[in-house]
Amino acid sequence: MAGNDTAIYITVAKSATVVVAMFAFVFVVMVPLYDVLCEALGINGKTGGRYEAATIAVDESRKIKIQFIASNNDDMPWEFGPSVVSMEVHPGAVNSTVFLARNPMTDSMIAQAIPSVSPSRAAEYFHKTECFCFEQQPLDGGKTAEMPLQFIVDQDLPKDIGTITLSYTIFDVTDMLKKDAVASR
Amino acid sequence: MGDHHHGPAKGLKRWLFATNHKDIGTMYLWFSFAMFILGGSFAMIIRAELFQPGMQLVDPAFFNQMTTMHGLVMVFGAIMPAFVGLANWMIPMMIGAPDMALPRMNNWSFWILPPAFLLLASTLFMEGGGPAFGWTFYAPLSTTYAPPSVTFFIFGVHILGLSSIMGSINIVATVWNLRAPGMTWMKMPLFVWTWFITAYLLIAVMPVLAGAVTMMLMDIHFGTSFFSAAGGGDPVLFQHVFWFFGHPEVYIIILPAFGVVSQIIPAFSRKPLFGYDSMVYATASIAFLSFIVWAHHMYTVGMPIAGELFFMYATMLIAVPTGVKVFNWITTMWRGAMTFETPMLFCIGFVVLFTIGGFTGLMLSIAPNDFQYHDSYFVVAHFHYVMVAGAVFSMTAAVYYWLPKWCGRMYNETMGKAHFWISFIGFNITFFPQHFVGLAGMPRRIPDYALQFTDFNMMSSIGAFIYGGSQILFLYNVIATIVAGKPVSDDKVWEGAEGLEWTVPTPAPFHTFSVPPQFKG
Repeated sequence: MAGNDTAIYITVAKSATVVVAMFAFVFVVMVPLYDVLCEALGINGKTGGRYEAATIAVDESRKIKIQFIASNNDDMPWEFGPSVVSMEVHPGAVNSTVFLARNPMTDSMIAQAIPSVSPSRAAEYFHKTECFCFEQQPLDGGKTAEMPLQFIVDQDLPKDIGTITLSYTIFDVTDMLKKDAVASR
Repeated sequence: MGDHHHGPAKGLKRWLFATNHKDIGTMYLWFSFAMFILGGSFAMIIRAELFQPGMQLVDPAFFNQMTTMHGLVMVFGAIMPAFVGLANWMIPMMIGAPDMALPRMNNWSFWILPPAFLLLASTLFMEGGGPAFGWTFYAPLSTTYAPPSVTFFIFGVHILGLSSIMGSINIVATVWNLRAPGMTWMKMPLFVWTWFITAYLLIAVMPVLAGAVTMMLMDIHFGTSFFSAAGGGDPVLFQHVFWFFGHPEVYIIILPAFGVVSQIIPAFSRKPLFGYDSMVYATASIAFLSFIVWAHHMYTVGMPIAGELFFMYATMLIAVPTGVKVFNWITTMWRGAMTFETPMLFCIGFVVLFTIGGFTGLMLSIAPNDFQYHDSYFVVAHFHYVMVAGAVFSMTAAVYYWLPKWCGRMYNETMGKAHFWISFIGFNITFFPQHFVGLAGMPRRIPDYALQFTDFNMMSSIGAFIYGGSQILFLYNVIATIVAGKPVSDDKVWEGAEGLEWTVPTPAPFHTFSVPPQFKG
């Protein structure tokens, strides 16, 4: 039976390798791949990171309507909204607007805004050269802040898209950061 | 040598330190039946609450715990361990092996299961209650909004995942290395084949489930943001990871059932299985396809059209190998000298009802239609047709079929047939109306519903009580058989049964095939 035992151990070793590999696969392949795919294909309306403005011609012949939506996640108490609800822009032009936030609480808080673009296939044509969503926004109790946004709509935007909706959800990340601080200590 | 031929140890030690595949198989089977009763009683609470609109018996939070725990207990506690138990009992006897390849690990993989489910069940008594986020435990319901007991749930899933992985490695090692001389790959009984492929599916996807719950654990306790949008993660990622495990998981549940049916139908048709080779290839194709269809559970999540189309066509493709199987079973019966003992009745019931479940599955696979069916009772009806009438019916058939071989006594045929007909009728009264309420718009996982759904829900509840009650008859029949059934002495209990397991004495002795038999298939 000795030969048989060796064969059994080899089978077990192979199977165990698959188990370990699949567990690792979740963390080192699935998660990063998901993020890469979402960003590359604009799935879920995820927008990319900071865009380096290239000198591109402005397409004066076309007008795109940009709508701004803001919402609060869960029980986030901030007053948060766009300064203008919509604007008309030319593809290629650099546009800027601000979002307004007020922390009505007495304690200082930290917020994180998460963007989403609709229709989702417009996401890859919506470039942000500056956005408050790139960093967290701390705000003392009772204070207000103007949060800047600068964007360019790509000229290659499909012809049938006339309106793009940019939506921000604001999250309270105060506790999350506190936990991080504790963990890193 | 003489030392190896002793009988079982006495008392509790026999079970606690069991390494014999038959003892471990028996423990798995009883454990899974206990879980079947537990999960079933949760279902009874659900159906009792849904008997009438309005809130009657339980509060909504508890109702959510019931739907969640019913799903978890039935999938991980009842169906999966039942088939592992059957594999333990039958695979060594079918391939002419003296035992499983790794008997001590076998003991371990069984004995960590009861603590896992004790842990899971204990969450019901904890502050904030047990898991209430559905058996699919979507984030952020299972992370940000989960009750504190979710950590116990995560640990429970880790343990039962470990148990499944160890069990499947054992099966793979047994089938690779312990087949009797002459038992070549394409002569293996189909139950062995389907379990062999299932074991590989388990090895591939149980670690993915472990990964998903580990990420939940890290999000909840260690400040990561895999599934939290605020920290740059994405809740939709959870659904992808979960269903990458979850879809193969449903085939893990159904493939051994296919194997059982492929053993029993030829026996009572007194004909060899039609299209053996195509059955093997169909099983392998289904297993392969199961890895590339997961997102059909998430059509409404906001996928690009190309994704919807890919997952739609890939899903529809599964109907081809599954259709091959159904036609092979029917062709096996065609012009066979058929008799209708209880195992055969359950198998025919399986073929009919599983096919209905397959068709509703095809309806659900059509992405544009799914937007209407999604998360409705139509889905509930669909997966109970394939899980209950599929996996549970075939498991019941297997128990009736092999019980005389296991204990050397014949079950009561009249009671068996009564069990079948009551189950069959009760099952259909329960789940057929759910197609209609689902199409009419009744969502799943709700404790209350609009008045127009009342009649069908009452029917469903009555059917559920009938179906649930019929399981008591089953339990009684099995115990009565073991204690005082009519003794059988033929090696071959059933006239048309084929395979090595029917060449050993009845009841199967504690040790079989200590010397490998020469298999002539």
